[in-house]
Parts: sequence; structure tokens; C-alpha cells
Amino acid sequence: MRHGQYRFIVGFLVLPLALYAVFVISPFAQSFYYSLTNWTGVSPAFEFIGFRNFQNLMDDALFLRALRNNAVLLVVMPVVVILLALFFAFLLNVGGRGSRSGVQGVRGSGFYKLAFFLPQVLSVPVIAVIWAVIFDPTGSGLANSVLRRVGLGSAGWLSDPNLALYCVLWVLVWGSVGFYLVLFNAAMSSIPRDIFEAAVLDGAGRVSTFFRVTIPLLWDTIQTAWVYLAILALDVYALVAVMTAGPGGPNNSTQVISLQIAQNGFQFGRAGYASAIGVVLFFITLLIAAIMLRATRRERIEY
Amino acid sequence: MTVTTHADDAETPVSNPPRETDRGRRRSDAPDVAVNVLSHVALVAWTVVVLVPFAWALLASLKTSREIFGSPWSLPEKFRWSNYSRAWDKGVGEYLLNSIVVVTGGVLLTMLFGSMVAYVLARYEFRGNRIIYYLFAAGMMFPVFLAIVPLFFVVQNFGMLSTYQGLILVYTAYSLPFTVFFMHSFFRTLPTSIAEAAFIDGCSHTGVFFRVMLPMAKPGLLSIGIFNVLGQFNQFVLPAFLSPEKPVLAQGIATLLASQRYEGEWGALFAALSIAMVPVVVVYLIFYRQVQAGLSSGTLK
Repeated sequence: MRHGQYRFIVGFLVLPLALYAVFVISPFAQSFYYSLTNWTGVSPAFEFIGFRNFQNLMDDALFLRALRNNAVLLVVMPVVVILLALFFAFLLNVGGRGSRSGVQGVRGSGFYKLAFFLPQVLSVPVIAVIWAVIFDPTGSGLANSVLRRVGLGSAGWLSDPNLALYCVLWVLVWGSVGFYLVLFNAAMSSIPRDIFEAAVLDGAGRVSTFFRVTIPLLWDTIQTAWVYLAILALDVYALVAVMTAGPGGPNNSTQVISLQIAQNGFQFGRAGYASAIGVVLFFITLLIAAIMLRATRRERIEY
Repeated sequence: MTVTTHADDAETPVSNPPRETDRGRRRSDAPDVAVNVLSHVALVAWTVVVLVPFAWALLASLKTSREIFGSPWSLPEKFRWSNYSRAWDKGVGEYLLNSIVVVTGGVLLTMLFGSMVAYVLARYEFRGNRIIYYLFAAGMMFPVFLAIVPLFFVVQNFGMLSTYQGLILVYTAYSLPFTVFFMHSFFRTLPTSIAEAAFIDGCSHTGVFFRVMLPMAKPGLLSIGIFNVLGQFNQFVLPAFLSPEKPVLAQGIATLLASQRYEGEWGALFAALSIAMVPVVVVYLIFYRQVQAGLSSGTLK
């Protein structure tokens, strides 16, 4: 069995690793290197300028605007998605009829999960186009026609600088709730039934079972969800690029970090500068993952 | 916490509660029914919020621009199937072909390379095993955006911008982390005895992999395969930068939206959108268990 084993291992690993190294690892490493240069991306000549790109970033109003918008998404989006997903998971799991044990699911929960999850499997441009038309600022858009019907007048949606970012936020929430519902639901159904039965024997109702038993047992999953949603909020690109005017408008109200990378790297001929933004994004991602994992750490419950 | 797959436990049919006296029943039933009804109201409300935009887009694909904006809620006077042929003429046919070629190549290569790496890492002890594993695992955490600018120049240096082979190789490289990670845990759960028997019968390492282990890993391959088909078909960021001249469907949709803003052929845009949407929805409806399980298991470990 030992015979030829190393040749086999090397033979199986060499091509995939080479591919991964060339197209994934090397670009990541290069962006650190280029972030210290004034490379334009067009001419082959460039020189090292130390940390000047990073110093310039601190005075770049557009970048700071993007950073602020990402921060808004980062704070609001995960909270809203997790609360909604937990709420619906709660309804799916305890809203059932005729239950004495507090663990019955509603009928048709399979259908609800099927429907809620749908936005997750469609590509972002498809979703962005649909919502861009729904949010049509003229009186004839779908969203405005709903507002009119309930007597609220009409809104500018994506063309209103005060509202545009929240439209993006809404589409993110709308698209993500189903995925996290399925995730939480899967985690809930892996909790052994006897834990719930014990809680019911001790006289706990549905609501207190959910808050005092289910949520604590789900804590690990919620924490993971938080980190992933935070990364999603930092990464948002396609939605903004397709849906907003400009993109990033109006008045840079939907400017985000990823858009800044794309614009600096491919339109303004500042590849070195764009790489520096990428490096900043890298450290923000790392920092947030670390903070989330630490701040929300609790006793891990094994069962 | 290792939570795997089956998200369907909540569907367990409600077992008949033991018969009670009338008094006892009435006391516990009233709030139960209220909770049940309110649950359905909330769940149906969100279902409507999720499904109406898609249904509306499908309907809009059969309307004229004037009908889409003039009477957004009503059925069209006449179903305009010609929207679809106009969408096709605007390049959707070509975009769809590009997507099919790239996704077919990308998924096949991803599955082959991904399961090879995962198998070796899961089943063989050697120096550097952990390092390689973490190298791939790290790739799952960091967004493509950190690397997009240098990646563009790497692909350009190979002369592979706007080519099928360029996109196939890049898609494969960026799909490897999750595929390796998923198949790694899958190969770990497979029993060793059959592979050992095959070795005793004189099967080579390669032979064991292709003839014994891969067939045994079929359920895992199916889940991750569907995941990769959807993921690569929906890919937008990579082709947007690496394949400007040979757009895939997701990119084409975005371009069409930009041009409709002054051309005003909204019916054709929604027809293009439906062409992009319907195959994905069909795959999803057929394989939704695998899709939901595959997507969520990646997040859970």
C-alpha cells in the first residue's frame, strides 16, 4: 500500500495547487505588494512610494464616504436579517396547532422554506434589475403604485440620496432572510427532541422554550451567521453596480468600498491605489471576524 | 457543532394529541389556534413579498413598455411573445451560449480537481497536509475584491481575457476552496474497508479513487455539483472584469438594463431576465433539498 504513494499524492495535488496558486494566492499576495507602489496598471513602470497610498486614503472624501456607507450596511443589515430569520424560524417551529410539547412545526413549512430561499439561487444582476424597475421613481413604478394605493404619495427611492442606500439595504435583507431561515431551521432540527420535552415537563411554554432553550443552543450558528452577513455587507458590489445610478449615486450616497476598488483600478488608472483599498478591506474583514467571534463568545454546549 | 443537511424536520406531521376531556381541550386550544393563524399570516406575508417581484417580472416579459409602467398590476392586453425573440436578437442567445460553455467546463474541472485534492487531504497522511488544507480554507473567507485588480493583470498576461478557457480556469480556482472543504468532510465519513479490499486486490491508488471512492461519494458530488452549477452560472464579479468582450448571461442582463434606460424596450429586458431566471428556478425546484443542504452546510462549520 505504501508503494507509489508519494508519487500519487504529488500527482493529484500538483495541477489543482498550481491553478490555485496562480489565480488565487498570487493575486492576493500581489495586491499587498502593489499597494506600496504608484502603479497605474497601464504602464509597466512604477516605483515604491511606501505607505503614501494609505496616507492619501485618509484624505480621500470618496473613500471615506464609501467606508461610512459600508459601516451603515454592516451595522444594520446583519441585525435585521438575523432577527427576521429567527422570527420566521420560530414561527415555523412553534406555530403549529394542537401541540402539547412546544416543538411542533406549522403545516407547509417545507413550502415556506422553498419560497423564502428562492432569491438566494438567482444571480444578483437579475435581482438588481427587478428591484431597480420596482423602485422606479416616476409615479408609475411598482413600489410607488403600492404607496399611492395606501395613500402615502410617492417616493424617489433610488434617485433620492437619503433613501438610496436603504433601498440597497432592503434588497440585501430581502435576499438573505430565506438562507438564514434555512440555516437556523437546520440547526434547530439537530437539537435533540428530549431537550424540548424536558423543558415542557418543567412547565415551559412555547415562547419561553424558544428564548431560554432554543436560542442559547443556537448561539454558535447565530454567531457564524453574523460573521458571514458582515462579510456580505463589506463585499456588496454587484447590487450597487447594477442597481444604482452612476453607479454609486446619486451624489455618492451608495458609494461602497468595492466600487472604489473597481473605479480606481480600472477607470482612473490607479491600480496601486486600488490595491491599497483592497488591503484595507482585507484588514477590516479580518478585524470584524475576530471581534464578532470574541465578543459573542459563550460557553459552547455539546450534545 | 456539526449540523448537517436535513432541514426538513419541522415538517414532521403533527401527531394526534392524546384525547382529553372537553374542558382541558378548550383551555389549551384557543391560544394554540391563535398562534397558528398568526404564524401563517406572517409567513404568507413574507412569501408574498418574496414571490411577487419574480411573478411580476415574468408577467412584465409579456407586456409592452407602456403596459409595464402604465398599468403595472394588470394582465397584458395581449401576450407579447415577440419580446423573447427581440431579447434573443439583442445578444441574449449568445450570452446564454457563453454561460453554458463556461459553466460546463468550469463545473467539470472544479469537480475533478476539487475531489482529487479533497480525497488526498482526507485520506493520506503526509507533511504539509494541514497547511494545504488551511490554504484552501482561507480562500473561503476572503472576498474576490481583494484580488480583482492583480487578477485582471494575471489573466491578461496569459492572453486569456474574454476567452472561455480564461473564465473556466478562474471559475475553477475560485470554486476550489468550498468544493475541497465540502468533499473533504464527505470523504472522511466514507468507510475505509472497501478501499482496503480494493488495494488487496491489487488496485492502484488512482484506481481506488476513480473506481471505488468517487462512485461512493455520489451524494456529496451531487450536492456540491449543483451548488457549483448555480454559483458559476450566477457569477457576475469575475466575468464583469475578466470577460468584457464575451459577456456571460448575468453580465448581459446588467448591460441590457443600462441600455434600456435610453432605449426603453423594457419588455425585451424582462424577457431576457426570464430566460436567465427560469432554468435556475427549475434546477432549484428539482434539487432544492440538495441546494439548501449544500449552501447551509458550508456556513455551519
